[in-house]
Amino acid sequence: MTTTIRLSDIAHGRSGDKGNHANIAIIGYTQTAYDWLRDHLTAEVVANYFKPMQPGKVERFEAANVLGLNFLVHDILAGGASRSLRIDTQGKTLALTLLQMEIEAPANLDAMLRTKEPT
Amino acid sequence: MKTTRIGNGCGFWGDNVDAPIRLAQRGKLDYLTLEYLAELTMSILALQKQRDPQAGFATDFLDVLQRLTPILAQQPNLKIITNAGGMNPLGCAQRARDVLKQAGMARRVAVVSGDDLLPRLDALLVHQPLVNLDTGTPLQSIRARVVSANAYLGAKPIADALARGADIVITGRVADASLAVGPAMHEFGWRWDDWDRLSAASVAGHLIECGAQVCGGLWCNWREVGDLSDIGYPYVDLADDGSFTISSDAGPGVNRETLAEQLLYEVGDPARYLTPDVVADFTSVALEAMDDRTQRVHGARGQAATGTYKVSIAYRDGFMASGMLTIAGPDAVAKARLCGDALLRRVGVTFGRSNVECLGAGACAPGLSEPEASARAAGLAEVVLRVSVHDADRAKVERFTKEFAPLVTSGPPGVTGYTTGRPKVREVFAYWPSLIEKTAIEPSVEILT
Repeated sequence: MTTTIRLSDIAHGRSGDKGNHANIAIIGYTQTAYDWLRDHLTAEVVANYFKPMQPGKVERFEAANVLGLNFLVHDILAGGASRSLRIDTQGKTLALTLLQMEIEAPANLDAMLRTKEPT
Repeated sequence: MKTTRIGNGCGFWGDNVDAPIRLAQRGKLDYLTLEYLAELTMSILALQKQRDPQAGFATDFLDVLQRLTPILAQQPNLKIITNAGGMNPLGCAQRARDVLKQAGMARRVAVVSGDDLLPRLDALLVHQPLVNLDTGTPLQSIRARVVSANAYLGAKPIADALARGADIVITGRVADASLAVGPAMHEFGWRWDDWDRLSAASVAGHLIECGAQVCGGLWCNWREVGDLSDIGYPYVDLADDGSFTISSDAGPGVNRETLAEQLLYEVGDPARYLTPDVVADFTSVALEAMDDRTQRVHGARGQAATGTYKVSIAYRDGFMASGMLTIAGPDAVAKARLCGDALLRRVGVTFGRSNVECLGAGACAPGLSEPEASARAAGLAEVVLRVSVHDADRAKVERFTKEFAPLVTSGPPGVTGYTTGRPKVREVFAYWPSLIEKTAIEPSVEILT
């Protein structure tokens, strides 16, 4: 039997805007978590997840030094800070939305979990 | 090795007004930076200046400066760098000088200007099409609607002002990170083509520019912040080799997680973060924990700055309004949807754009349908209905604002929360990002006497 977890079990993140694009950073809690994210959390997966919000192209950048992936999700903000009619004009909450993604628990999940407070 | 301490006490206009005072008191800073200008703040300031030539800057800064005067008296070497000048840095600086004079303080106030392109926009357009970075459209297509156009200046004029003995440097639009790069360049006398050190200082500036966001603010593990009421604001101790430590004056400090979240915040490609001063590689830095609230950051690499400045242009784009009503259950979601739909149809006109949201039922990620569906199923105690419209015709938007109150008596049962009056109509200023050749811009520094 497979167990389902959420991305937030192995990663944290933050998002904001760049004009009409959202900038979503997803950061692994451990090196093992980052390796999993790099292999599985592709631009295509993120584009598909946000499909109901009708984004344009999704670019992914790697920042291995902080165990992070940075996604630039084009034209997802319905006009951005100046023109959007949404409550979240700047996509500040989209990282939390992405972190809610359900994934099948990886075999080596224990090595991906946040074990203690960070230093 | 010599170090200099730079702290940021303000991340945007609207940030906590006590934070700069606390940070200056507790932080033992060499430089206090204060950042006031979001992308669209300039358009609002431009209109204020049109109405009143003395206005057009972040007035909060004068109150902060007033409250800082006793601290400046105790810490005579503390210097302040701020972009509070907005559309009127000279006017802001003159008022700042008056504040200091009234407190009996002799301080040199410097003004950095040259970022405002509006007075010579048509002359510039002859050689610089100022095409929209996202769409490729030349600015000429919306020229008549432009209300502000500002180049993001770099650190050089700030460093120049400090070299001329300025204690307080007031700028218009400069790149946020440059507020910290300026003092770094002044302190260490690095070369302007020392790309690695410019990159290091830019990383430091980027990390602190949003204030508390690097030291507990927005942190995913927010339960570990402790007392959120005194979260702390950040400072860096920057060394001559470009390495720095980063911590804060209260709260949880800076750890690997808070730092990583802020390093990647709104940067696009982290390996090529473009500033006026350098192309910084944020993926090159290594982190090292000094203690549980201090990180050391080192190894920054950078490449030559580009030949252009980013330009932020705002232009008139019609009118918007948003109103809210609270809808109590049972069936809160269904009733809110019904009200939103009826409200728009009662206005009886078609808007350029309109949007109905059910706050409490997944409005932050609209269309990811599961949240609203499950909120419906869960039978929420209440939701907030939010309806927004955008149109070129102000009268249509005004008419819209009058349709919220009637739902209190003519809607389904459970409509409440109409206590803030009719929503306000606001003018929309759309954002037009562009680039301009650096050779077309001449930043200037003036010391007030």
